[in-house]
Amino acid sequence: MFRRSAKFWRVLVGVAFVLVTATAVAACSPESSSESKQLVVYSGRSESLIGPLVEDFEKLTGSSVRVSYGGTGPLAATLLEEGKNSPADIFFAQDPGGLGAVDSMLDQLPSDVLESVPDWARDPEGRWVGTSGRARVVVYNTDMLNEADLPDSIEDFANPEWKGRIGWPPTNGSLHAMITAMRREWGENRTRTWLEGIVANEPKTYENNTATVAAAAAGEIEVGFVNHYYLHRFIAEEGESFSARNYYTRSADPGSVILVAGIGLLKESNNKDLAIQFIKFLLSSSGQQYFASQTYEFPLNENAKADSLLPNLVDITKPAIDLGDLSDLEGTQDLLREVGALP
Amino acid sequence: MTVSNVISAGWRTTDGKRPPIFLVASAAVVAMAALVPVVYLVVRSASAGSDWIDIVFRGSTAAVFGRTFLLIAVVTVLSVAIAVPIAWLTVKSNMPLRRILSVASVLPLVIPSFVMATTVIEMYSPKGLVQGWLSGVGVERLPDIYGLRGATLVLVLLTYPYVQLTVRGSLRRMDPALEEAARALGYGPIQTFKTVTLPMLRPAIAAGSLLVALYTLSDFGGVALLRYHTFTATIMIQYQSSIDRTLAAVLSLVLVVIAVLLLTGEGFTRGRGAYHRSTVGVARAGRSVDLGRWRWAAAVFVGIPVLVGLIIPVGVLVHWLVRGLINDQQLLPLLVPARNSLYVSLLAAIVTVLAALPVAILAVRFRSGLSRFFERSTYIGFGLPGVVVALSLVFFGINVARPLYQSIWLLVFAYGVLFLPASIGSLRSSLLQVNPRIEEAAQGLGRSQWNVIFSVTVPLVMPGALAGAAMVFLLAMKELPATLILSPIGYRTLSTSIWSAASEAYFARTAAAALLLVIAAGVPTAYLTLRGSGYHSDRVSEVSNPDNAFPFGVPDSEMAR
Repeated sequence: MFRRSAKFWRVLVGVAFVLVTATAVAACSPESSSESKQLVVYSGRSESLIGPLVEDFEKLTGSSVRVSYGGTGPLAATLLEEGKNSPADIFFAQDPGGLGAVDSMLDQLPSDVLESVPDWARDPEGRWVGTSGRARVVVYNTDMLNEADLPDSIEDFANPEWKGRIGWPPTNGSLHAMITAMRREWGENRTRTWLEGIVANEPKTYENNTATVAAAAAGEIEVGFVNHYYLHRFIAEEGESFSARNYYTRSADPGSVILVAGIGLLKESNNKDLAIQFIKFLLSSSGQQYFASQTYEFPLNENAKADSLLPNLVDITKPAIDLGDLSDLEGTQDLLREVGALP
Repeated sequence: MTVSNVISAGWRTTDGKRPPIFLVASAAVVAMAALVPVVYLVVRSASAGSDWIDIVFRGSTAAVFGRTFLLIAVVTVLSVAIAVPIAWLTVKSNMPLRRILSVASVLPLVIPSFVMATTVIEMYSPKGLVQGWLSGVGVERLPDIYGLRGATLVLVLLTYPYVQLTVRGSLRRMDPALEEAARALGYGPIQTFKTVTLPMLRPAIAAGSLLVALYTLSDFGGVALLRYHTFTATIMIQYQSSIDRTLAAVLSLVLVVIAVLLLTGEGFTRGRGAYHRSTVGVARAGRSVDLGRWRWAAAVFVGIPVLVGLIIPVGVLVHWLVRGLINDQQLLPLLVPARNSLYVSLLAAIVTVLAALPVAILAVRFRSGLSRFFERSTYIGFGLPGVVVALSLVFFGINVARPLYQSIWLLVFAYGVLFLPASIGSLRSSLLQVNPRIEEAAQGLGRSQWNVIFSVTVPLVMPGALAGAAMVFLLAMKELPATLILSPIGYRTLSTSIWSAASEAYFARTAAAALLLVIAAGVPTAYLTLRGSGYHSDRVSEVSNPDNAFPFGVPDSEMAR
């Protein structure tokens, strides 16, 4: 009996050893052979979104693209840890903040790439370019409110009449970008006053945009500050009866700033031609049309059409803000902590 | 006292035995590997400015710490209160549906924490399903689920299985003669449980509670959705928004300090008592306790956490899946992710248990300052958020172990660092119940220390090793943050598929992957839980049958002295 057990363990160790060797061999061999035609992308945008585009690109160019999916923040932190040894050629981020965190590792993009998007949608220093637009909106519960009940400016939600009716995701990067835009547009004091008013209205806090939109539809809150496209995913999944809709603020204030997801090329990439080809592919009218129809985001290429449910990008009364100016996220975090919105 | 004195004092075990060098060496390697995250955090923090002082010593931080400790205390106490009775009922009683319930009551462990949190919100939030049903019968408003209540509910459901698994292992190996003696001496069943069974379970309960406390400390997904802000959330904001990894590192060191405090606290609860049988005897499978007319009440008691922690979340997932399919949502193929998940989790389970063995044997059989340090240091990783451990291994992989980087071995390494304590805990409580005299006997019969460990000790702790492996396997299956960062590029697992779908609000895809995860993790769990019992009973009877195990007579405790 003893012997059988000892044998069991010996077999176990043996099996483990074989597995180790097999995987080590398998892991080492294919990589070295085809490196030149292989593109490595770190994507903060999810696979369900990017996967089909990548496949199209592979078919079109006969190249191979390997994508590491993750959250924009953790991927940026990973890039910083990897430094010069990073295997990545391209960083595809959910928001300019993620690109800003690694901008010292990004290479200058060619001007034809940069100029294929409107100038508000790219880094003023040319290190990254926006790939699709996402509007900040106020999502509201349609059983409790009509669009006409909503104030012209996001500033008015700081009034006491909104006490107990608001929800937001205070740790969310896009919300931080919007508040950074406020600091740009309104200055520190006015932004602080607004935040203090919101905090005094005891907003319910949510983990992310999805949870905030779900809470608005469930009537837990009447309004929430989110990005526009989550609503359309819910409607696609649950049907037209989903009881929340988006409100694009009527006045041109930071409440309806248009943010972008963006992409940058790593300086240490040894595959830059293919990488730039990939970026151009995303910005082409077919690539842009894909974003528009799959993700309900705003295309940045004039030839691509936004989903019919969306307002025209040009019709949104948006503030004139340069997204490259929204890099001071730390200042925004400090402000949020000072007013007690973040612990 | 000279330095060499100090070192040799560290080596000296309390009962003067010298540990074999291979055991010390392998335990040292494991402990060093487990401390990689701490080294990384110290290196990263070295370049920190003074921001962290503002954050750590801000007035509101006291409240954050208060909330964190409150949650840890409440979750730990409730988990023990639920898990110990469940373990006892499923092992020792004649409760109906025992086998099914003993598997099902472990399975909430495999539900990813954000899925558990989301289902809790869907069910019990102010606008949730339960409120909807209850308003029909006149209940206006459920107590608010957000905050401490909801976070506690989610974490208790996710963590009570840790205590249950360790206690279950202990109960099964416990000599029924002790309880029978107590009964023969006129103790009632409750008194027997209190004075005999419970004290014997102390190491298992402590080991399980420690896992619960550290899990609660490090969890982010569950508590964040329920809007309960613990210290880990303060760290995660650094990674999510401003991406200040230096500040995050300093704050994570604070987490390490808290983990060390918890470890010290648990250390105090460990007695020096013996938990093994001291004399010859046969640890038969004990007769199960007849619950009489309480049999079904017991099944209902065990059924409640199963209902809330397993059946309802699975029900919500099925609902998402069906609803999405009706609305023509496309699903993604999951065969490859499922295979990858099973493969890498299995590897993690094997590697982690093999790594845990020397540490556990050293800690139990050769008690010394050093062996305690080795054992305790393996617990730190479990109290850190997965992102922190993953980034530390990126740092390690890039700077020290290049060949491992971007291979699944670094991922297995990460699982080991994160989940070692899950296997060490159950190995340890298992070892405590093995009488060292048996090993001494084998050595007295001419076997080498190495041989004794492999031919006697290891087979005797097999049930503990299997339970530990099962826990590591389940934890690895659902682990997300480290998996996202350390998987080789393009390597998909079930948990990354769940994340990918959920982060874009594709509920049907999320549900498909999550259901597959529960099934894929559930089958081996059922196998291990049920096989474990069969394996155990034949093992114990053969091992402890004197004719079989000790053909040359059994040394009793007096003789060995």
